[in-house]
Amino acid sequence: MSNRLRVDPIACDGHGQCAELLPELIRLDDWGYPIIDEREVPPELLDLARRAVDVCPTLALWLENSSGR
Amino acid sequence: MTLAEHTRVHGQLPAHAPPQLIEMIDRSGLRGRGGADFPTARKLRAVASARTRERVVVVNGSETEPASAKDRMLLSRLPHLVLDGAVLAAEAVGAGEVIVKVSERAAGSIRGLEGAIAVREDGIPVQVVTAPDGYVAGEESAVIHYLNKGQQKPTLVPPRPYERGYRRRPTLISNPETVAQIALIARHGDTWFRQLGTVPDPGSALVTISGAVAEPGVYELAFGTGMPDLLDAAGGPTEPLRALLVGGYFGTWVDASEISRLHLSREELRGVGCALGSGVLIALGESECGLHESARVINYLAGESAGQCGPCLHGLRALADLVCDLADGVAHAQERDRALRWASEIRGRGACHHPNGAVRFVESALSVFAAELESHQHHRCDARSAGLPLGHVAKAHK
Repeated sequence: MSNRLRVDPIACDGHGQCAELLPELIRLDDWGYPIIDEREVPPELLDLARRAVDVCPTLALWLENSSGR
Repeated sequence: MTLAEHTRVHGQLPAHAPPQLIEMIDRSGLRGRGGADFPTARKLRAVASARTRERVVVVNGSETEPASAKDRMLLSRLPHLVLDGAVLAAEAVGAGEVIVKVSERAAGSIRGLEGAIAVREDGIPVQVVTAPDGYVAGEESAVIHYLNKGQQKPTLVPPRPYERGYRRRPTLISNPETVAQIALIARHGDTWFRQLGTVPDPGSALVTISGAVAEPGVYELAFGTGMPDLLDAAGGPTEPLRALLVGGYFGTWVDASEISRLHLSREELRGVGCALGSGVLIALGESECGLHESARVINYLAGESAGQCGPCLHGLRALADLVCDLADGVAHAQERDRALRWASEIRGRGACHHPNGAVRFVESALSVFAAELESHQHHRCDARSAGLPLGHVAKAHK
């Protein structure tokens, strides 16, 4: 089962905590909004990815597995 | 056209069993004419096979593309053809209700449309809903959002309208031209439809041609028609052309040197990075400045962001400001690279396609008008304004 990070751009307010926690997969654009590497999350980053999802203040980030949200 | 005239010209509304009508539409190869080009039969099937029985047909007559006039033309001149198509589509998908959504800019066609509905004897309720203008207001999730909650802002998809649309019901949402074509195909058949056009692009399309042509307006042209013939249909260019904008403000500029080898063909246009979109062509004369016109357009598009997604709200604004500075020769030409980087970073990061369309337009402008970009660094641009329409100021063409 593959996991990919997804962001709801309407919910995202650009707090940037996800990029701070997981710079390997998330960087911020010039306006502070996350640019997400939507490739499969490597197993060694899965825990960090889950934490990034948990810390998002607007619940805009989620891990999508092959069976959907 | 009154109902009597309409019936005399087109004949009575034919009766087809729903599966047969969808089959016929499938064989015709009809695709949606609102800009997304999606095969109409697939859309019909998706709604027809929904588990929920309460289904809806929405005719999306928002026509928010400022330079487009075809939908208003259809709704005001041939309302019965559009309504026939909507009712047939409703029968095909098993919908019990039709909504025709139009923008306030179409005010002139609304009374006629309501009058047309009143004299018909459709066995299904048909209502007209009017909504304020706005570029993203025509995006289908924004239409559903407006009908449900009065907010003309796109929503995150999925769910798409065919899954969960108006009042959470499976909803077929289609452009007026698309449903008008359904009405014609139902009467005359898919073979008749394919007599015009090409094998991959059957039929004809309504094209709104404006800019540096002698007779701007809405023209029905067969797919496969050469671009020069298209321009000639609109009276021909009024001066040597510098470029042609294909597909409206989510479209792309084509250098004048390329126009003669292009046709009204989806595949061919895709090959040069273009899409027909909702069928808008704008001819730009040599005496006009494509860079300044593009700067005005991207400035307009940035202002039309629904303001929900950061990359669209902030990114398009920054991009528009930069393109304006480049057009004015205020920003160094090397800043073009920054604009292109922003464009590629913004793409795909909104809930709807607004940022994608806007950055595509910018990329093509910065590529086709590269020479202007360079010359504006050293010389003041004194080209006259082409006055590309922005917002509802678009002139209603014939």
